[in-house]
Amino acid sequence: MNVRLYLWQRATAAVMAPLVMVHIGVIFHATRHGLSAADILSRTRGSVAWTAFYGSFVLAVSIHAAIGVRNVLSEWIPLNERRVDACAVFFGLVLAVLGLRAVAAVVLP
Amino acid sequence: MIGRALKHRDSALWIAAMVHRISGLALAIFLPLHFLTLGLAIEGEARLERFLRWSDQPLVKAGEIALVFVFTVHLLGGLRILVIENFNWRDGQKQLATLAAALSALVAFAFLVRVF
Repeated sequence: MNVRLYLWQRATAAVMAPLVMVHIGVIFHATRHGLSAADILSRTRGSVAWTAFYGSFVLAVSIHAAIGVRNVLSEWIPLNERRVDACAVFFGLVLAVLGLRAVAAVVLP
Repeated sequence: MIGRALKHRDSALWIAAMVHRISGLALAIFLPLHFLTLGLAIEGEARLERFLRWSDQPLVKAGEIALVFVFTVHLLGGLRILVIENFNWRDGQKQLATLAAALSALVAFAFLVRVF
């Protein structure tokens, strides 16, 4: 891993640490009476705060996970550097697209 | 010879690093599925609700409990790395790694009590 990727991975980790703690809190809160779509969507639909929270979470996790997957591939799988980079970029883009789509699905009224 | 080369794998900190890596991989596999599930809300509240009722099965709940453990252990393992890299060295890293695993198990157990 080069210095630039190392810094991105640590920076996204630092950004995500408080987001993950809040998300774990939300998981506990959301499951207090069992999960329901109505309960989830009443909390998130039209909320600028949850849009910003989960939007930044998705972007940070897409970068963080892509770099992590790149590290694992380059150490555990005998692929050349270029293919490893291509896999990591593809995975990060898939995560970002699916994640932002999921955020849109739960926040758009 | 091989035994000596693999000796470091007995260390709690090597295990902590491996747990961090495996938990990260597990989360990377889970995330696209999680996003696809939430994306069902695009088709309407009823579609998401149908999936959530399907997920009430005990086996799925057990998977969710495992995920809460994996999520927490990756968070705490990551925090330990950030602290090691950005602050003065502190002794007791093995104890901290064990504490991270114990705390994650506790959070997962609290979630188990909540969902069952």
